[in-house]
Amino acid sequence: MAVVEDTTGKAVNESGAGPMFDAEEERFARAQRIESIAKWVLPIFVISLTIWLWDRVVVWNEIPHYILPGPGLVVQTLIEDRVTLGWSLLVTLQITFMALAVAIIGGVGLAVLFAQSRFAEMSFSPFAVILQVTPIVSIAPLIFIYVESRLVGLLLCAWIVAFFPILANTTLGLKSADHNLRDLMTIYKATRWQRLRYLQLPSALPYFLGGLRIAGGLALIGAVVAEYVAGTGGIGSGLAFRILEAGYRLNIPRMFAALLLIALTGVVIFATTSLISHLALRKWHESAVKRE
Amino acid sequence: MTKHDRSIPPIGQREPVLRLQEVDKTFNGGIVALRRLSLTVNQGDFISLLGPSGCGKSTALRLIAGLMRPSLGRILWEGGQGSDDLGVVFQEPTLMPWATVAQNVYLPFRLRGKSYASVKDQIAESLALVGLEKFANSYPRELSGGMKMRVSIARALVTNPRLILMDEPFAALDEITRQKLNDDLLALKANMGATVIFVTHSVFESVFLSDRILVMAARPGRIVKEIVVDAPYPRGLDWRTSPEYARIARETSDTLTSTLRPEEIH
Ligand SMILES: Nc1ncnc2c1ncn2[C@@H]1O[C@H](COP(=O)(O)OP(=O)(O)OP(=O)(O)O)[C@@H](O)[C@H]1O
Ligand SMILES: [Mg+2]
Repeated sequence: MAVVEDTTGKAVNESGAGPMFDAEEERFARAQRIESIAKWVLPIFVISLTIWLWDRVVVWNEIPHYILPGPGLVVQTLIEDRVTLGWSLLVTLQITFMALAVAIIGGVGLAVLFAQSRFAEMSFSPFAVILQVTPIVSIAPLIFIYVESRLVGLLLCAWIVAFFPILANTTLGLKSADHNLRDLMTIYKATRWQRLRYLQLPSALPYFLGGLRIAGGLALIGAVVAEYVAGTGGIGSGLAFRILEAGYRLNIPRMFAALLLIALTGVVIFATTSLISHLALRKWHESAVKRE
Repeated sequence: MTKHDRSIPPIGQREPVLRLQEVDKTFNGGIVALRRLSLTVNQGDFISLLGPSGCGKSTALRLIAGLMRPSLGRILWEGGQGSDDLGVVFQEPTLMPWATVAQNVYLPFRLRGKSYASVKDQIAESLALVGLEKFANSYPRELSGGMKMRVSIARALVTNPRLILMDEPFAALDEITRQKLNDDLLALKANMGATVIFVTHSVFESVFLSDRILVMAARPGRIVKEIVVDAPYPRGLDWRTSPEYARIARETSDTLTSTLRPEEIH
């Protein structure tokens, strides 16, 4: 907006009303624009810089590729080995998502059971806690002894890791329904099912989604760790197996390529669960509502 | 709310709806919240429960709502309690944040297994009564405090209940909104012929709204006096500024003060 000097020397805008307001607003708008650009540019810049430095360190010090491959070589390996690594990625993804799905069903189901019956909660919640606090690497070998199928063993491991955050969060959510709303349900003589369906489940949704975001990452970790423990051999080997195998053969670039895929998978899972959470809550929950 | 056939006869000629007989409520810790509370609620009454904090007003409402059982005594509904008998407004709006205004008002019907389509008109009518027909599809967080309270009232009214319980519904609102809602509440009540029990801390609110004021005292919680406000409805600014209003407010205020123990009077 054009600003003209009036006789007293104060800056006013052309309509004559509200001197300096536009300047103020413009500064605010500019600050916001800069922030929204910086949100994307900064991390991209830092990551690019890191990759560039990595490349330079390798070149300047003439580090051999069997000790530290440069980023270019990693990408090249990724492209060359795309069939092998692609199949392994599919295996890891399959285990991760199946484990997550079972964790959701098991976690939510058990949480609903706990919310319905205090006795069920008293009886089973210690088990859930024990499962959670025992490191998965220490249970996994036993699981692979007792469980015939390698796939089922891997699934079981990933599930144990992923299911607790969903159970714990959903249980908390089901219990944190507003007291007055509960009274209202009583006054209107709601059945147990109606209370669950119309009050407890919606109240638990934000908590469940918070648990889901944690569980998504944990399912991947569980799948990878279990595969390390399960070791070589067997059909359908996932990314962790590729890393192990490449390690034995000192094929360091491939180790990095597989690692890159695992990291990317983790990022995609986190982004997806965050997006789901945002879409489900954006209309009403404080965490997702955009304030003006 | 299809039937508005509840004309209200004058006080003394009304049919009883609900009787509390010598009701005691003692909490686990041995706190006597209510002692020997007897009360007959008649059809069309607008009763205010007025008293200092802790005198058992909320406890009385919760007993009537069936959220607690009395330790002694009985609560009898005339002709038994039906499922449509009660509407409740709490001090907080108590809306489901994940549901739209219309869905919130639909709740009592939904819990009775009625489809939305079959009660759509009643919901619209109820929202129109509280002046929120344009906000049917808004979420509670998009409304002001007074508007949320209106939604809460619309939800209590939508089933056209025999008895509406209100526990300090306007306590958290500013004076202007509060007066507006008081006016609206009276208009609604005249429209529906409902029976209301209204809990309040405010002498003026109770004199403005009700035709029976029950002044309560604490420790133990009990009714010390009933003041009948015989002014005809509809009431408005004329009533608020009349000498009669001032006289009854004075009387009520004096009664309330006399129930306090000396150390509670500042
Ligand atoms: N669940 C409870 N357990 C134990 N004591 C309680 C319980 N609810 C209420 N009381 C006690 O009973 C008495 C009456 O409480 P009540 O909430 O009915 O008062 P009130 O008149 O509504 O007060 P206020 O105006 O502050 O809302 C108080 O002394 C309170 O401490
Ligand atoms: Mg109270």
